[in-house]
Amino acid sequence: MKRVYIKEEVCIGCGLCEVYCQLQHSQSKDLVKAFNRETPQPLPRVEVERNGPVSLSLRCQQCLDTPCIYACLTGALSRDTSTGIVNIDEEKCIGCGTCALACPFGAIKQDYERGKAIKCDLCQDEEIPACVANCPNEALVLIEIEEELLNSKPAMISR
Amino acid sequence: MVNNKLTVKYLIIGNSAGGIGAVEAIRDIDKTGSIAMISDEPYPTYSRPLISEYLAEKRPIDKISFRPADFYKVNNIQIISGNKVETLDVEKHTAELADGRQIAWEKLLLATGGVPIVPPTPGISKRGVFNFITLDDAKLIDQFLNDADGVVVIGGGLIGVSVTEALLKRNARVTVVEMKDSLLNLILDEEVSTMAKEKLQLAGVEVLTSHTVAEISNTSMNRDTVSSVIMDDGRIILCNAVVVAIGVRPRIELARNSGININRGIVVNRQMETSHPCIYACGDAAESYDFINGDYRLSPIWPNAYMGGRIAGFNMAGIHNEYQGGTSMNSLNYFGLRIASAGTVNPPDNSYEVLKESKGSNYRKVVIKDGVIVGMILTGNTEKAGIYINLMRNKINVEEFKYVLVTEDFGLASIPEELWLPQLSLPSSAEDYSIITAEEPEEILAGE
Ligand SMILES: Cc1cc2nc3c(=O)[nH]c(=O)nc-3n(C[C@H](O)[C@H](O)[C@H](O)COP(=O)(O)OP(=O)(O)OC[C@H]3O[C@@H](n4cnc5c(N)ncnc54)[C@H](O)[C@@H]3O)c2cc1C
Ligand code: SF4
Ligand code: SF4
Repeated sequence: MKRVYIKEEVCIGCGLCEVYCQLQHSQSKDLVKAFNRETPQPLPRVEVERNGPVSLSLRCQQCLDTPCIYACLTGALSRDTSTGIVNIDEEKCIGCGTCALACPFGAIKQDYERGKAIKCDLCQDEEIPACVANCPNEALVLIEIEEELLNSKPAMISR
Repeated sequence: MVNNKLTVKYLIIGNSAGGIGAVEAIRDIDKTGSIAMISDEPYPTYSRPLISEYLAEKRPIDKISFRPADFYKVNNIQIISGNKVETLDVEKHTAELADGRQIAWEKLLLATGGVPIVPPTPGISKRGVFNFITLDDAKLIDQFLNDADGVVVIGGGLIGVSVTEALLKRNARVTVVEMKDSLLNLILDEEVSTMAKEKLQLAGVEVLTSHTVAEISNTSMNRDTVSSVIMDDGRIILCNAVVVAIGVRPRIELARNSGININRGIVVNRQMETSHPCIYACGDAAESYDFINGDYRLSPIWPNAYMGGRIAGFNMAGIHNEYQGGTSMNSLNYFGLRIASAGTVNPPDNSYEVLKESKGSNYRKVVIKDGVIVGMILTGNTEKAGIYINLMRNKINVEEFKYVLVTEDFGLASIPEELWLPQLSLPSSAEDYSIITAEEPEEILAGE
C-alpha cells in the first residue's frame, strides 16, 4: 500500500503541493487554464495549514479503519482493497458533509460548486502523487508498506 | 416458498444502515457463516436520507442504493425483501415471517429502525396525509403531488426540512409548522436556527413556529381528502397535502413481545447485545452508548446506526468489540446553508463555558465542560468538523488552546502537535516500509 507522510519540520508552507494537486485534478492539466479558466474550477485535495512556525501539508491518510466510510449516508465512499485508497463515487455523493464529521484530520473537502465531497486519491494511476513529486523541500514522503504494518487506528492519540 | 424452513448462523432483521454495518463486519471476520437479511421494504438496501432526492428529482432507485447491486451475491447473503418478521421465539432461536416461513438462527440482530411518530390530530387519516420515512412514502407523495400544490409540513426537524427542500424543487408551496419556537431545535442553537429559518423564508417557505395543527380538514366536496389545516389559533391554511414529519420512534414490538428488555428503545450494552444472549440491536431501534452524556440513549442518525451495527456484527462473529459510542451529530446542506453540529449545543445550565465567533457566513461555537468540548456548531465552511468531534470523542482537555477553536481558519495546525503529528509522520520502525522516489523528477510547466 502506498502512503504519503509528512516531515513537518522541513515543510516551509510554500503551498506548491496544493498547486500541483489542483493541476493534477484539472481537466486540462495546464497550469494557467487550471487556475484561471476551467469550469468547474478544479480544486486541490491537499491543504497547507499554517499556524506561526507550524506548517502542515494535509491530505487523507487512507486509513485502514475508515470512520468516513462508516459515516457516509449514501454509500458513495468505499475502500479499494487492492490499493487501500478510499474513493468517492461522485455519482452517489450528495455533498452532505457527514463524512467530514467522522474524519479526525478534517481531510475531506467540499467542492461547493459541484456539491460533492473531494479528497486525496493518491493521484490514482500516477506512480508518484503530484504533491510528493513537486515538493521542493522533500517534506512529503511516499512509502510502500504492508497493510498489516499500518497503524489501524485513525483516531488521535488520546490524553 | 412457503413452509420451507431456513437455518442460518446470522439473522439480520432490517436491511438499512444498521443491518449493512453488521453484515459487512461479519464478513470481515467470517467469510462463510450463512447470513439472511430480512426487510419488509421491497427494495435492496437504499440510503434513507436520499428519499428526498427521489422526491425532488425522481433520482432512480439504483442511484439511491446504499450498496452496489451485486452486494448480496458478492457477500453470499440471502436477502428476503418485502417480507416481515412477525414473531420471534428467543428460546428456540426461531423467527416466523409473514408468509409463514420459519427461520432458525444462532445469532440475531434487531436493526429494525423506527416508525413515524403520528400525532392524534383529527383528520390525520385523510387522503393526502403522508409520512416521509420510506421510499414508498416518497413514491406516494410523488404520485399524489401536482404542480403548485400547497403542502403543510408538520414538524420543523431534520426530516421536515429535508422534505420541504424536496417539495420546493417540485414547485410546491410549503408551510412548515413547528411546535417549538425554532426550527431544528434539537440540533441547533438559536442563532443558527434563525439562519435556517431565514433561508427557508427566502426560498418562499412559510414558517410557523410555536404553533401546532389542531385539525386536518376539508372544506371541499371530497370529504376524505385533505384540503386545509386548522391551526391551534384558529387560522385556516388551504393545502392539497400534509406531510407528517415529527420524527421516528423505535420499532420495538418484536423485542417487546419476546421479553427482551426495552426502555424507550431496545436496551443494549457496549457490545450492542440485548438482555438476551445471542440477540443484538442497533440503530434507531436501540438505546446505544453516548460518549458525551456517558449514558445510553436514542440517537437516530445514520452513522450511529451503521457503527452500532458494525460493532454488533463483530461480536456476533465472535470477536469481542466495544462500541466507542456515538452522539448526536449532523451535517446539513439545505437551502445553501451548510451546518455541522454535534453534542450538546444548548448548554442546560451555567456550568458550561460557551465560546463563539462569527465572521461572514462562518459561525463557530464550542461548548466546553470541565475543559472538554461537549458540543459544537459550525456554519459556512464545515470541513474541519471532524477535528472537533475527535477532540470530543477522545475527551482531550482543550483549556490551553480553547480560543483557537472558534477561529475561522481552525485546523489541525491550530492544536498541539502531539495530537496529530505522530499519525501523519512516517511509521517509527524504518524496516517496515520502503520509500518510493521518482527516477527522474517530472517537470510540469506552466502554460503552453
Ligand atoms: C427523510 C430522512 C432524512 C434523514 N436524514 C438524515 C441525515 O441527514 N443524517 C443522518 O445521520 N440521518 C438521517 N436520517 C436518519 C437515518 O435515516 C436513520 O437514522 C437510519 O436510517 C437508521 O438506520 P437503521 O438501520 O437503524 O433503521 P432503518 O433505516 O429505519 O431500517 C430498518 C429497516 O428494518 C425493517 N424492519 C423493521 N422491522 C421489521 C420486521 N419485523 N420485519 C422485516 N423488516 C423489518 C424496516 O422496514 C426498515 O427497512 C434521515 C431519515 C429520514 C427519514
Ligand atoms: S477518515 Fe479521513 S484520513 Fe481517514 S480515510 Fe477517511 S478521509 Fe482519509
Ligand atoms: S458528502 Fe458525499 S461522501 Fe460524504 S457522507 Fe455525504 S454522500 Fe457520503
